[in-house]
Amino acid sequence: QDMQEKEPITPERAEEVKLKAKYPSLGQKPGGSDFLMKRLQKGQKYFDSGDYNMAKAKMKNKQLPSAGPDKNLVTGDHIPTPQDLPQRKSSLVTSKLAG
Amino acid sequence: ADIISTVEFNYSGDLLATGDKGGRVVIFQREQENKSRPHSRGEYNVYSTFQSHEPEFDYLKSLEIEEKINKIRWLPQQNAAHFLLSTNDKTIKLWKISERDKRAEGYNLKDEDGRLRDPFRITALRVPVLKPMDLMVEASPRRIFANAHTYHINSISVNSDHETYLSADDLRINLWHLEITDRSFNIVDIKPANMEELTEVITAAEFHPHHCNVFVYSSSKGTIRLCDMRSSALCDRHSKFFEEPEDPSSRSFFSEIISSISDVKFSHSGRYMMTRDYLSVKVWDLNMENRPVETYQVHEYLRSKLCSLYENDCIFDKFECCWNGSDSAIMTGSYNNFFRMFDRNTRRDVTLEASRESSKPRALLKPRKVCTGGKRKKDEISVDSLDFNKKILHTAWHPMENIIAVAATNNLYIFQDKIN
Repeated sequence: QDMQEKEPITPERAEEVKLKAKYPSLGQKPGGSDFLMKRLQKGQKYFDSGDYNMAKAKMKNKQLPSAGPDKNLVTGDHIPTPQDLPQRKSSLVTSKLAG
Repeated sequence: ADIISTVEFNYSGDLLATGDKGGRVVIFQREQENKSRPHSRGEYNVYSTFQSHEPEFDYLKSLEIEEKINKIRWLPQQNAAHFLLSTNDKTIKLWKISERDKRAEGYNLKDEDGRLRDPFRITALRVPVLKPMDLMVEASPRRIFANAHTYHINSISVNSDHETYLSADDLRINLWHLEITDRSFNIVDIKPANMEELTEVITAAEFHPHHCNVFVYSSSKGTIRLCDMRSSALCDRHSKFFEEPEDPSSRSFFSEIISSISDVKFSHSGRYMMTRDYLSVKVWDLNMENRPVETYQVHEYLRSKLCSLYENDCIFDKFECCWNGSDSAIMTGSYNNFFRMFDRNTRRDVTLEASRESSKPRALLKPRKVCTGGKRKKDEISVDSLDFNKKILHTAWHPMENIIAVAATNNLYIFQDKIN
């Protein structure tokens, strides 16, 4: 919105214009709550303790023999561990149960 | 070697502790001055290494807890042993580091190698004697202060009473007694009733060096609150509020982010405090709340790079700052392994680099200059050539002498004043 003005634009404002041009959906609040919420959510990972323990137990035993003719097909062979799961994107609306 | 996450000298400066991302603490000790080896004046060598924290997983909250050491703070020395507090995101530990240079020999019931002697073969009683042995440095956890923080701990600070300390996370500050691990008092709570109304978080906190009832905490909005524990049990209401007025016409999307204070440190005198925000360091007089008394630009040339620094998350980097022993100089880090020092009296500043190429042992460091304009002089480096992955976030200054410790990612540099 500053591009029409004749007066010199500050370097900071120029950078803001650049950013808004790249990410038009960037929120109105500068910095704001969503960035703070993400900061508080750091470390959040979701996994299934059953899957985790199954994976640990499997590693202790020998490798399971692959059944069937197609030995290269791997279906459901990989049990997710905490390290594998992608970090859940935090929702902007916090559940009232949280915190 | 892992990325260093904190650096701290002890009260005498003889010991230097570093914490890293892998949860390890390495302590360096200064060598005693030795007339037969004049060149090794005050060199720091490894004294002790131990694993302070391990990674954890909180199954109830589905939260991964990093083992990274966020802060180390030494306790004043009271006997032959040394004590320090180290903390990760959730748990603070008190470690005792002690030396053992004697061992007992001539036990009655066991051999020198520890094997049990046949009791029927023992015909005489002997008194074990103490014999010297090679120095062994042992670290043992004496207290574990856990389960008091829902959010991530960013600061710990030992009180001048040497009995209590505070720990601060994003929204709360707790007061502990060093002897008591099952209780802590909440002294600041800025969590809003409705989390959607959250607008600022606590970024750092520190006790006053002399007044055991006073502490400060800084926020992500660039403000500092000074609290007095005598005025009320819960210090949600501050005694003093420090904020520099902002020029509304210069406000931008980045204003609040770059005003977020990443570190706050009292001067040794207790009269001033220093704050570090993204682009500058400010010195405040505790008697004046409406503006800082001194402002030093660390890397103003980054103001025209804020867009890309936001995109690569560098704008959220948390730089620390420190005072020298006499409070006449301050130091803070920057990018490209540069760090900056400011002399408060002469107003002179210098940019130095902590890298293998530019530091040969016992060679003088060459001042560096970043070129902001068009023509780049020889030896200058242009802003676009700066390596933003080489950031110096943690620095420490010896409490009395001109010796500094600079952490450059996974390397620790120790620089001294040139001896004449």
